[in-house]
Amino acid sequence: MPKQNRKTKPTMISLKKCPTGIQGLDEITGGGLPQGRPTLVCGSAGCGKTVLAMEFLLRGALQYNEPGVFMCFEETAEDLAKNFASLGFDLKDLVARKKLAIDYVRIERSEITETGEFNLEGLFVRLGLAIKSVKAKRVVLDTVEGLFAGFNNVAILRAELRRLFGWLKEKGVTAIITGEQGEKTLTRYGLEEYVADCVITLAHVSTEQIATRRMRIVKYRGSLHGTNDYPFLIDEQGISILPVTSMRLDHAASVEKIPTGIPRLDTMFSGNGYYRGSSILVSGTSGSGKTSILAEFINEACRRGERCLFIIFAESPAQVIRNMRSIGINLEVWVKKGLLRFHAARPSLYGLEMHLVTIHKQIKEFHPGVVAIDPISNLINIGTIIETKKMITRLIDFLKASLITSIYTNLSQGDTLEETDIEVASLMDTWLLLRDIEINGERNRALYILKSRGMKHSNQVRELILTDKGIELKDVYIGAAGVLTGSARLSQEASEKAEALIVDQGFAFKQRELERKRKILDAQIAAMRTAFESEEDNLKKTISEGKLSEKVTEQDRLKMGKLRDADK
Amino acid sequence: MKPDKTAVKKTKKTASKKEKYVLRLYVAGQTQNSIRAIENIKHICEEYLKGLYSLEVVDIYQQPVLAKGDQIIAVPTLLRKLPLPLRKFIGDMSTTERILVGLDLRPKK
Repeated sequence: MPKQNRKTKPTMISLKKCPTGIQGLDEITGGGLPQGRPTLVCGSAGCGKTVLAMEFLLRGALQYNEPGVFMCFEETAEDLAKNFASLGFDLKDLVARKKLAIDYVRIERSEITETGEFNLEGLFVRLGLAIKSVKAKRVVLDTVEGLFAGFNNVAILRAELRRLFGWLKEKGVTAIITGEQGEKTLTRYGLEEYVADCVITLAHVSTEQIATRRMRIVKYRGSLHGTNDYPFLIDEQGISILPVTSMRLDHAASVEKIPTGIPRLDTMFSGNGYYRGSSILVSGTSGSGKTSILAEFINEACRRGERCLFIIFAESPAQVIRNMRSIGINLEVWVKKGLLRFHAARPSLYGLEMHLVTIHKQIKEFHPGVVAIDPISNLINIGTIIETKKMITRLIDFLKASLITSIYTNLSQGDTLEETDIEVASLMDTWLLLRDIEINGERNRALYILKSRGMKHSNQVRELILTDKGIELKDVYIGAAGVLTGSARLSQEASEKAEALIVDQGFAFKQRELERKRKILDAQIAAMRTAFESEEDNLKKTISEGKLSEKVTEQDRLKMGKLRDADK
Repeated sequence: MKPDKTAVKKTKKTASKKEKYVLRLYVAGQTQNSIRAIENIKHICEEYLKGLYSLEVVDIYQQPVLAKGDQIIAVPTLLRKLPLPLRKFIGDMSTTERILVGLDLRPKK
């Protein structure tokens, strides 16, 4: 709650929250459980109440330096330690380090006889002792039904419990009280009346033979909280609640482009490939080459040093590696280098939410730059169209917010190529469609870009050929019969080549002709020139002779003159 | 004044070898219930177990660890340690019949 200006309005003190450290729980509660107050966690047997409560204490001790007391009425301390060891929690160590106190309260109904008025002060003293011993800030009582099982007098018990919760508040400890689910009320004995600050229910729901754990915050006084059912899972790291993905559509858009792995495809995208952080859908019928396109993209990304997470719902990783090797893509080397991680599971292995949570966890651990999912059409088997679409929407939102590029394959039926069963087309930024073209008794694969948001792309259909060296995209021929692919294309290519050859030869011939004519011309010119030159020579000779004779005549005259001694 | 162990422990030296009942009463300070319980149990012991019992009164505030060891949650609690089996009686010990039956005694006639 916001603090407001004291001068104009009274300040509001916001509720202090105690962070649990449990994956996702702090998000849906807006910061954690109410500090210094008791929270009720109820659910039927096996729902995970004890795990939740214990994890609350453990993380409190380890991450927030708040020691805790676990008061159990159902299991002994040894049993608890054993059970939680399988979850990777070392209780004994924490007890030894005085970060955790585990107190097993044994109430054996058969040895108790009620003989009048009593109260549960012994429990208070015991708790007080435990809290003091580790200076606890967090307390768990698991389960309070244990008290009801031991004592008959419900009225006294109720009164004492009310007193206990008040006492816990006074002590300032944040407490979790677990209780069994009642038939008509939240808890069997109506504890929710006293523990009114925060109530969380856990459930184990089974639909279509697939079980999912769900959590719901029924009540959280004084705070905003998520009100939906949140699926969660319990694994070696404790509880993970499906994170609340931001549905506000405010993720950033990158302008960086990353190559597709197929150079010709890059050029079809007017340059450099897909946008980083975009979602790419490759759809097509069986055997049209979808997984291969995925593999090329991954190969390219790994080559750049980016980590890739490849989620397979239909085959085993070994199979994919083998299949891709046949077209010259070696994925195994990236696996060995730690750049490529496979996550393979049949969709029917668990529910949609579990898949989502598992994927989230993988991404959080591995930090990939690229996530590939092959195929998403299988997921329809484990949920309705609406649910599957919801799940994929959440996933895509999460990936986009983290700027992770994601690529998906979708198996489409022949006549509904441009739809997807799960109607996720609007979530995808880029859509590559793979088709089979059947002509002349053979089928060939073709690819075209149906859409690519934010960039210019080619609208041409290209033939997709799987070669030993990967995928190649060739131009298709538009012949008289329509699009030609495969052998028809080859024959067309051959005939065009032949034509070109003929034309070439024609040119060559003409060229030679021209040369010949030039030579003739040159020869003629040469002859004329020679004739001219000899005439020139003659003329020159004549001129020079004439000049010479003139000179001689002049000289002679002079001489004659001199000789005659002509009088001047 | 709080009751302490030495004042209440009744052990007749002559009958020490024949003590059959070892009883321990846990109380919480000086509450109404506690005082009533002590009185009632003293009364019962004197009337029905004269010379055959040893009664210890423990204040859980004084000795919380002892209370924890005996798994005492409710107070007052009377713990019959001997003879076995272990029995617990919780309350102010006002229902005498119940206690006698529980202690395997028949009311003396």
